[in-house]
Amino acid sequence: MSYSEKIKDVIDGSDVALFMKGTPQFVMCGNSDRALQALRRAGAPVTAVDILPDPEIRRELSALSGWPTIPQVFVKGELVGGADIVEELESTGELERRLRERLGEDYAARRDEQTVALTS
Amino acid sequence: MSAERLRGLLTEAFPDADQLDVLDRTGGGDHFQVIVTSPSLTGLSLVEQHRRVYEALATPLADGTIHELRIKTKGST
Repeated sequence: MSYSEKIKDVIDGSDVALFMKGTPQFVMCGNSDRALQALRRAGAPVTAVDILPDPEIRRELSALSGWPTIPQVFVKGELVGGADIVEELESTGELERRLRERLGEDYAARRDEQTVALTS
Repeated sequence: MSAERLRGLLTEAFPDADQLDVLDRTGGGDHFQVIVTSPSLTGLSLVEQHRRVYEALATPLADGTIHELRIKTKGST
């Protein structure tokens, strides 16, 4: 199975997918941290994927999403954006509104955060 | 890359922009903040607005001269 199929599985199979540099426990980039913190403020159940272990992960992710930069955030398979958009949506309350709409009113009660490692 | 070259690429893509700011955040020519307010962005989602900026800057993004790009966009009438 290629990275692309595994990336697609994470995007389509996660409530909130965050492709980032590093992991939530050890963030390796300021922008990835900005996106993670905004998602946490909104109480999002984040599934994080570290893109750093293999440059091929990022290449295949950007080819799939058409988005050139990292981080990338998806809700129920749909690209929400990068750090700037996620921060902006969180600051206006729009992120929480979208999460409630897509994941249900009580999404924040779950408070779960997980990390998925991709291997080729 | 200079902020001026970035501004040139953005001006080509958004000739009718009301606001077009390019800030070299570190002075090193690779970490930029751009702000674009343009009627051509009106009615587009934030994802689509940012995609327009990425398209305008596709070359410096692809060849690695831009290490980090912060984007703020808005439609205008």
